[in-house]
Amino acid sequence: MLTYLIRRLILVLPVALGVSIICFLLVQIAPGDPLTAIMPVDATAEEQDAMRAAYGLDKPLPVQYAIWIGNLIQGDMGRSIATGRPVAGEVFGAVKNSLLLAVSAAVIAFPIGTALGFLAGYFRDTWVDRAVTAVSIAGVSVPNYWLGIVLVIIFSVNLSWLPSMGAGPGGSQDWSWDWLHMRHLVLPAVTLAVVPIGIVARTVRALAGDILNQDFVDALYAKGMSRFDVLRHVARNAAATALSVMGLQLGYLLGGSILIETVFNWPGSGFLLSNAIFQRDLPLLQGTILVLALFFVAMNLIVDVVQAAIDPRIQRT
Amino acid sequence: MTKLVDIQNLNVCFKGKRTVHALNDVSLAMEQGETLALLGESGSGKSVTLKTLLGLLPPKRTQIDGKIAVNGIDVMSLRGKALQRYRGGEVSMVFQEPALALDPVYTVGHQIAEAVMRHKGVNKAEAMSTALDMLDRVRIPSANRRLHTYPHELSGGMRQRVMIALALACRPRLLLADEPTTALDATVQIQILLLLRELQKEFGMGVIFVTHDIGVAVEISERIAVMYAGQIIEEGTTREIIRDARHPYTRGLLAANLHDVARGERLNAIPGAPPALEVRPESCPFAPRCPVAMAECRAALPPVFHPSDRRRVACLRAAEPIAAE
Ligand SMILES: Nc1ncnc2c1ncn2[C@@H]1O[C@H](COP(=O)(O)OP(=O)(O)OP(=O)(O)O)[C@@H](O)[C@H]1O
Ligand code: SF4
Ligand SMILES: [Mg+2]
Repeated sequence: MLTYLIRRLILVLPVALGVSIICFLLVQIAPGDPLTAIMPVDATAEEQDAMRAAYGLDKPLPVQYAIWIGNLIQGDMGRSIATGRPVAGEVFGAVKNSLLLAVSAAVIAFPIGTALGFLAGYFRDTWVDRAVTAVSIAGVSVPNYWLGIVLVIIFSVNLSWLPSMGAGPGGSQDWSWDWLHMRHLVLPAVTLAVVPIGIVARTVRALAGDILNQDFVDALYAKGMSRFDVLRHVARNAAATALSVMGLQLGYLLGGSILIETVFNWPGSGFLLSNAIFQRDLPLLQGTILVLALFFVAMNLIVDVVQAAIDPRIQRT
Repeated sequence: MTKLVDIQNLNVCFKGKRTVHALNDVSLAMEQGETLALLGESGSGKSVTLKTLLGLLPPKRTQIDGKIAVNGIDVMSLRGKALQRYRGGEVSMVFQEPALALDPVYTVGHQIAEAVMRHKGVNKAEAMSTALDMLDRVRIPSANRRLHTYPHELSGGMRQRVMIALALACRPRLLLADEPTTALDATVQIQILLLLRELQKEFGMGVIFVTHDIGVAVEISERIAVMYAGQIIEEGTTREIIRDARHPYTRGLLAANLHDVARGERLNAIPGAPPALEVRPESCPFAPRCPVAMAECRAALPPVFHPSDRRRVACLRAAEPIAAE
């Protein structure tokens, strides 16, 4: 198991390098000159060149990449062109907020999705199954920004129970675990949880249904096991696949919440990303995409390792 | 002494998309420690008989009538804890595909120990030592190491040995073996058969051995019951069946195997196919394939003829001298 872990960790390095190259190039390919966004319209050619040199944008691409990577390893992601603040601080602040939102959504979605999926799989082809299937299809297909807006109208506008904007009172950026802050989390987290509830429920239903149809379930009953014991066996059989789906869902939740963060004005990575795009803030864009992509790579690694750890059928060497 | 098995007029019908009358008036009795082969071609109801004995059929889609007593226990009235004690404790089962009948994500030792803990109320360590002892008894080499392996790390023959160890770990009075050698290579088949025969003597339990292979049936059992279309159409000692089969179906099976007494032959040597069981047979179900059928055979179910004690044949012409054929 340890050698497997080490091997997987070593294998991640080239992937991470590839991801960084793609992040770097992607932004280069994007149309538009980042300087036009921040320079006065009447700037002279000399002034533009000076600015370009200041950001190192006059050097050839490989050199730019090497400098970027070199700084990156030292924790320096450059400065935002729009605000002049260090990119690293902006990105990590935003990713922390997004992670908070994503994990909260996951904490809501995964147990509910698992429970619903198990029920549907166990009571396959009954009304329970049909109800769960309807819920999960609805969850996956309802556009979640629309749902977010509906929830805001009900709970913020009409009932005034929960706030609809930001991550804390008065747009505060400092998170703390008190109700004053946490109430800001409720609506976006619930909205974000709806899709993964559907996906997890569908996955677990299929897994549980398939496993319950296997011969060993009969064999378990035949040796005197109770219904509860059988469900324990089913859960253990489904665990590896279910966990890997959940791990990837967490990755999507982190990177895919741009719309939700916009609807709720949540100061997360999606929010930052859309700002960076509209302001053509190259360093900020690169930094945000890179951190999100690396998070995805890390998530994949964790999923693989956990899967290998709990499923004996997976080759661990 | 109470009979080990006493099945009376058992009827099993599956409702659902398709109705299947899987068992039609099956009666069967076994004494303690007897070995019975249940012989018949695919779809004749062998597995359904075993599953009914363990109460394993899906209750919602299955209609079951009749009486089943095992060791005097009324099986169909068992529920909850009592049913769990009965399954695996009184009666246990070895399945056709050991690869599918073991849970892939638990070690074989754990799977045996789990049953031992349930039935003997011992702790995990004691249960594991019982499991080890059982692996030794089914002659698995270096059992100590095998205890902690997963099913997919074992060969088919080894897996079936594990399955047998699991089934016998709680010393059941009756072992149900559903074609336990069909999925295995020929040489391994013989080893498993020999093992089962030895263990049967050692443990003294009764065995119902399901097979479609008359050679295997002869090898393993004292008595043979032949099934066709969800009925037992002939029953007797192995000797009686070989020497003096009365039912044309049994005789057909034997004839097909005479020139090739070795095992491995499928029971497809009789032309034609068994009836679909969408409706309950009202006349002799073998009539369409029977070389000596008469008009009366198609009019009503043939009467059961008892040539001697515990011997029966469900055929109109069973009493005729055999030369008539
Ligand atoms: N759970 C079920 N639901 C519906 N029909 C079933 C079910 N189990 C068995 N049957 C039907 O009952 C009949 C008898 O099946 P059974 O499995 O007992 O045959 P078998 O003698 O064991 O044959 P084989 O040699 O193929 O195992 C078949 O027609 C089968 O399709
Ligand atoms: S009852 Fe008639 S049809 Fe059926 S097996 Fe006997 S002879 Fe053949
Ligand atoms: Mg069968």
